[in-house]
Amino acid sequence: MSVSGHTLSPFTQFALILRRDLRLAVRRWDQVLQPLVFFVVVITLFPLAISPELSELRRIATGILWVAAMLASLLAGEALFRPDLEDGVMEQWVLTGQPLPWLLLAKTVGHWLLTGFPLVLVAPWVATALGVEFDHWRLMILTLALGTALLSVLGAIGAALTVGLRRGNMLMAMLVLPLEMPVLIFGAKALDFGLQGDVVTGPLSVLAAMLLLGLVLGPFAMAAAIRIGVE
Amino acid sequence: MFADYVLRHHAMRLDVRDMHLWRGDHHLLRGISFSLQGGQLIQIQGHNGAGKTSLLRCVAGLLPVESGECLWNGVPTQRALMAFNQSILYLGHSQALKLDLTSKENLEFAMGLRQHVTSAQVLNALTLVGIPQCAELPVRVLSAGQRRRVALAQLVLTNSPLWILDEPTTNLDAQGVAMLEGLMTHHLQQGGAIITAAHQPLLAAHPARREWMLH
Repeated sequence: MSVSGHTLSPFTQFALILRRDLRLAVRRWDQVLQPLVFFVVVITLFPLAISPELSELRRIATGILWVAAMLASLLAGEALFRPDLEDGVMEQWVLTGQPLPWLLLAKTVGHWLLTGFPLVLVAPWVATALGVEFDHWRLMILTLALGTALLSVLGAIGAALTVGLRRGNMLMAMLVLPLEMPVLIFGAKALDFGLQGDVVTGPLSVLAAMLLLGLVLGPFAMAAAIRIGVE
Repeated sequence: MFADYVLRHHAMRLDVRDMHLWRGDHHLLRGISFSLQGGQLIQIQGHNGAGKTSLLRCVAGLLPVESGECLWNGVPTQRALMAFNQSILYLGHSQALKLDLTSKENLEFAMGLRQHVTSAQVLNALTLVGIPQCAELPVRVLSAGQRRRVALAQLVLTNSPLWILDEPTTNLDAQGVAMLEGLMTHHLQQGGAIITAAHQPLLAAHPARREWMLH
């Protein structure tokens, strides 16, 4: 049989999906920017609402940063699989005869690159509005990178589970938020420790371990949910 | 001339045995059985809501078969799902096209996940389905018939021996239908098989064509 699907490298497929999503994002850039704008706006509103006193803001800065990151990721996660399901692309992915978890992992990585990573990059600048010195940029990028990646994986599981529902957004938030609590707790803790000059390896290791677990097991959960979603 | 008759696909056989499907309380498919071999075409017919699409989705593995079985070369498709999926090309109602990508990009991404395709092959396929001028246009600006042709270009590119086509003639003009029938004839000559649901008879005079009426 001349079916050459067997010889296709999994990395070619991974790259193909990333390329497709990046290209789509360039053409629909307004949608991609939404979570980033949300993140920046929410954080810069706090000094206006609470007080411009930096010492006061500094105390709650980590909490604000993490809650904003979490809500931004929730906002972005909703549109992760829905467009592809609605136009029938997801159906074709299920039928490619290629490992679906792998394809969905690629999709999730692409999603993080477009919605999580930009947020990580601007965080050190935006945090200065909350009184966090720019010197902490390394720590901030590290913790937020781990944290937003984990939020993307968890969000993707929630998005896959609710993709077939007409009003899945609300349900998705309710499903995903409890799962994201540990990310919030350990992420904020790591950043807090770091800003006070303590050792951050503890909470960071927990975050990294959760991320690894999510990357390995998450795609299988997504694939199972998507198979039900396309029915 | 004879080169066309060289079998491209190995012997294959699809057996559907006593397939039942319920949608809610409605007993939609009531014991469907048929078999299909290389070179054969089955056209499913029936009124709207008779279950044509559901039957095709069951065969493709998108809907779980609740009772009965679907065998591909003697093996239940659910047991060797990945191999079976590689052997089929399913074109459904939704054309799986991204409106913001060009026709060429859409085909490259869609087929690229399944097999190796070059952009020359994609351009050739778009020429064969009669819309070479649309290659670099976003699908958003194409007409419904042109979008259908982009989806049908996958038939030119695919290596899969079994085609499952759900209403492939929707939005096609007479020339488009003739083009589709040409592609189907060629596929059958090469030893491929086709199962399709369409209201108008396709390849009505083909010797290996059967009809299946759903009630």
